[in-house]
Amino acid sequence: MTLALVLEQLLNGVQFGLMLFLMSAGLTLVFGVMGLINLAHGSLYMIGAFLCAAVAGASGNFWLGLMAGIAAAAAAGALIEMVVIRRLYARDHLDQVLATFALILILSEGVRMVFGPFPLYLNVPSALRGTVSLGIVDYSLYRLALIGFGLAVALGLWALISKTRLGIRIRAGESDREMIAALGVNIRALYTIVFALGAGLAGLAGALVGAIQSVQVGMGEPVLILAFVVIVIGGIGSIRGAMVGALLVGVIDTMGRFLLPRFFATFMDTSQAMGVGAALASMLIYLLMALVLIFRPKGLFPAHG
Amino acid sequence: MDSTRKEWLLNALIAGALFAVPLWAWLANEPFIITLATRIAILAIAAVGLNIALGLGGMVSFGHALYLGLGGYVAGIAAHHAFHGTEVLGLPGTNQMLPIWALAMVLSGLVAGVVGALSLRTSGIFFIMITLAFAQMGFFFALSWPAYGGEDGLPIFVRNQFPGLNTARPWDMFLLAYAVLMLCLLAFAGLRAARFGAALMAIRQNPDRAAALGISPFGIKLVGFVLSGMITGLAGAMMADLTRFVSPAMMAWTVSGELIVIIILGGVGRLFGPVAGAAILVGFEVFFGGLTEHWKLWLGLVLLGVVLFARGGLIGLLAGRVRHGG
Repeated sequence: MTLALVLEQLLNGVQFGLMLFLMSAGLTLVFGVMGLINLAHGSLYMIGAFLCAAVAGASGNFWLGLMAGIAAAAAAGALIEMVVIRRLYARDHLDQVLATFALILILSEGVRMVFGPFPLYLNVPSALRGTVSLGIVDYSLYRLALIGFGLAVALGLWALISKTRLGIRIRAGESDREMIAALGVNIRALYTIVFALGAGLAGLAGALVGAIQSVQVGMGEPVLILAFVVIVIGGIGSIRGAMVGALLVGVIDTMGRFLLPRFFATFMDTSQAMGVGAALASMLIYLLMALVLIFRPKGLFPAHG
Repeated sequence: MDSTRKEWLLNALIAGALFAVPLWAWLANEPFIITLATRIAILAIAAVGLNIALGLGGMVSFGHALYLGLGGYVAGIAAHHAFHGTEVLGLPGTNQMLPIWALAMVLSGLVAGVVGALSLRTSGIFFIMITLAFAQMGFFFALSWPAYGGEDGLPIFVRNQFPGLNTARPWDMFLLAYAVLMLCLLAFAGLRAARFGAALMAIRQNPDRAAALGISPFGIKLVGFVLSGMITGLAGAMMADLTRFVSPAMMAWTVSGELIVIIILGGVGRLFGPVAGAAILVGFEVFFGGLTEHWKLWLGLVLLGVVLFARGGLIGLLAGRVRHGG
């Protein structure tokens, strides 16, 4: 085990964490502003990846695909909000879970009907192929770009929420929905915009990750569940919490998978150590979540005090 | 006819139909239909378990697949060691259902105790996500633990035994599942009528008032959650024996979702809601699954329609909406 290898894994963890942040930011915003639990957020991630792969495949241009992925996810989000989600705000969480579970079934089968049962492949854009030397380690240029992307989007989101009029409305919506409606803000339009914004972020994450994984139906749900873990750790409704939670989950998960089997191999035989290490590594982030819950039941950064 | 009597009549009809259809299939030598009815009965047992937490206690557990899988793995691992004549943790394997069921219930209860104690520190949306996350933890553990098949799962070569029955025969297996289902429904009805059930429902309706009456919400809810996990664990052991196979897929989050869907389709908190819901879900899968490979799209649309426009499920639709607290 060399320092270079550890550094590479650490960067992978940060990259994974930032992609998780893109997912979690939308989820946590939607919950914070509308009080809605949206299981179908993973389907928007999938839609982003599929549209990106299809358009990039047809046009040969990754960036065109990326734009199409974001736009499709945001449009799907706005449509879903207006047709279904809008009816759920006043309902209890059980109804929200069920209706959005139904949406997953519909969207997954819909994508399977349109794109067929086989995975699509999305190539890394040619400008970002190969590796780049970071002193002691040669690191994938694309993954490094993902880190940059993630940070840039996080910065943009921060600016949007703290510096713009829309951001003021979103923050006002988080603290008192009835009051800002009474002040004359078109709350229905605001909800649609917030939902579409979250959907677009999920679509962006799906499209970006699609180039390093295969694009297939069902790709969104594992990420969705990790995003839940992230926002439970970070505190539901808090963007800052989502960032910290996402980085924690990304780094701990990646490093756990890398280090634990090697750790057990120091006193067990290798194949057994691989099994035990991998099994424990897959549980690490959930244990982290349990610990956070024991000591900070509202997450690390509770949104409302 | 008032709606309570209507509901009892409907319950009797459902119970009768779930017995009569496989009886006919047995006489007509249609083992596929018997096995289908057995699956409905076992899924219904799992959902009766969840109905204690969800229907009576208002705890929306999105992780009950964990207990289903735990029960399944108890059956699978016991049979595996009995088949190979090896030991596990110093104990021999067994191919007897009764000790397997007992162990499945104890283990599920213990895990539900830990998960519940942690999850019940929170409520609402947090509770949903945390129960889901714990189930995922179990799923990934089963997936990456190589000793019992990992991703490939664990086959049960010979179905486990029950005294006095030949469980390899579909009809015997059905009778067993049906009898256990009826016992579980009896237990659910008893629980609902008992002081404990009243306390659990009181907490669901208004935790503050319940606390003011001297009912500790945490303790009562935790006991409800543990009982719920135990019954679902029992169903898991039976499900593994029915399919003679257990794999991490039994713990997948979609299974947790399906268990909730079963309760919603049937009617939340209704005694026979899980039975009606399981029959609808399995029937839907078999009927529409035969017509189109995209049957899940239609299931999604139906589910969306039920949630948005027909709350109360099938029993609510037919027997009317009664006793909102019920």
